Amino acid sequence: MAVIELKHVVGGYGGAPILNGVDMSIEKSDIGVIVGPNGAGKSTTLKAIFGLLQVTGGSIVFDGEDITNAQPDRLVPLGLSFVPQEKNVFTTMSVEENLEMGAFVRRDDFSQTMQWVYHMFPVLAEKRRQPAGELSGGQRQMVAMGRALMSNPKLLMLDEPSAGLSPRYVIEIFETIVNVNKEGVGILMVEQNARQALAFASRGFVLANGQNRFTGTGAELIADPEVARSFLGG
Amino acid sequence: MSELVFFFNQVVIAGAVLGSVYALGAIGVTLIFGILRFAHFAHGDMMTMGAFVAFILAVGAGALGIQTPIATGFIVLPLAMVIAAVLALGIDKGFYAPLRRRGARPVTLLIASIGVTLMIQGLLRLFFGTGTYSFFDTQPKTIFRIDTSAIGSTRPLVVTEPQIMLILLTIVVVVALHFFLTRSRLGKAMRAMADNPDLAQVSGINTQLVVRVTWIIAGSLACAAGTMLALDVTLKPDLAFNILLPIFAAAIVGGLGQAYGAIAGGFLIGFAETLAVFNWTLVLRPLRDVLPEWLELPNNLALVPTEYKLTVAFVILVITLLVRPTGIFKGAST
Repeated sequence: MAVIELKHVVGGYGGAPILNGVDMSIEKSDIGVIVGPNGAGKSTTLKAIFGLLQVTGGSIVFDGEDITNAQPDRLVPLGLSFVPQEKNVFTTMSVEENLEMGAFVRRDDFSQTMQWVYHMFPVLAEKRRQPAGELSGGQRQMVAMGRALMSNPKLLMLDEPSAGLSPRYVIEIFETIVNVNKEGVGILMVEQNARQALAFASRGFVLANGQNRFTGTGAELIADPEVARSFLGG
Repeated sequence: MSELVFFFNQVVIAGAVLGSVYALGAIGVTLIFGILRFAHFAHGDMMTMGAFVAFILAVGAGALGIQTPIATGFIVLPLAMVIAAVLALGIDKGFYAPLRRRGARPVTLLIASIGVTLMIQGLLRLFFGTGTYSFFDTQPKTIFRIDTSAIGSTRPLVVTEPQIMLILLTIVVVVALHFFLTRSRLGKAMRAMADNPDLAQVSGINTQLVVRVTWIIAGSLACAAGTMLALDVTLKPDLAFNILLPIFAAAIVGGLGQAYGAIAGGFLIGFAETLAVFNWTLVLRPLRDVLPEWLELPNNLALVPTEYKLTVAFVILVITLLVRPTGIFKGAST
């Protein structure tokens, strides 16, 4: 069963809709990657799922439950997490406090999850007492992902996790994403490094003008000459 | 040594008392700014309102014939703080929450809070008139005069019961607030929301709950500060409106949104005010014999006349905004 299913989603920020009918389906074992030109509605799709903008048409079903226009404080306990592209850490709070905030919705003991996050990102364990604002860009991205994983999500959504990172960190972040997926967390991410991300994607979505243009496995999309020419820079 | 004791009475005790009141008020102002992003102008009148709640309870307890070993005002304070917290929640629900839901800008909320100020002032005058009240009409105000002849002073060290209680209460509040903000789940969520409200929402933090907790803390501390001030001086409808400027100055000097900054700013302004109006002649008088003849000590050698005490806070505020607009603890820039 699909962990998340978007059916012809229409929505925007109140003016003209940015999404004009997006369809998407992701299994829990999937890594879904959304690519497309600027303004295609990639980030908007993630925000629509997370209740951060008004969905005016279509439906979003998460794990069998209709979550169209549901707010984050309902979505996070259901098992949906989101890492925004920018300002995605609490800069004045320590790394450990950032992780605790990710577990805010949990009333059970989350020390196991925290150990797991530190296992995935060993550098965070070293810096646990340091304010997140003092870390490098790559380390901040790890704090942001760690925070989102603390709620034990079924699906982790990432908005351009590699933006602004050096090539070394891009590879590291992508490797971590694959590892998180192997631990049983579904992934849905937006990426600018389209070719690199589609290489490990089990589901790829090419959006343009707020609509699906191509859908397939990552390998299929890379192999498609039209996708390559129009969206992957030749 | 008499001069030293005099200095202690006039500056150290008075400054600590004034600083405590400013700090307790400024904590509320800074927390509200951190979470809701607006300058809560009605905070002074929430302090006055809290003091009147405590006064009614104290009078009620007196009428019931309840005798207490220390002034009734202190005994009823916890209950008054609870009532004040409920009133603060009600004010938010009635006036600020509807505006927030409509996406009002901070300046709109600020103007709404000026309206709330006028309403509270009007209601207090309607029920209590413009006169002054004292918590100590039926009970004596205990004044401790500590003999200091052991250190060769002819003056006693003078401190009143309300002053001691106020300073003790402030210490308790500061310690409790520290543990709340650094140890508890909700306290950390409050810091998270002040740091990055969008990310707090995305993390699933119940922002409505954080807002309610903010009003509970701000409202109860305002009541404590107002009651303590009224116990130290007298209770009147413009009790705390007059000290709104130093309270805001304390919050801004400390760094808006920074709870520790508000405490530091409160004491900084409190001590600066008492030092500025202190008459240095009395301390320098023993030096009269060694001073050259042309340098005669005037009768009053204070930096600022007492009536202009409030300007001290204003000057510190202006200097802070010019030199370090984010305040000592790097709060939000105004």
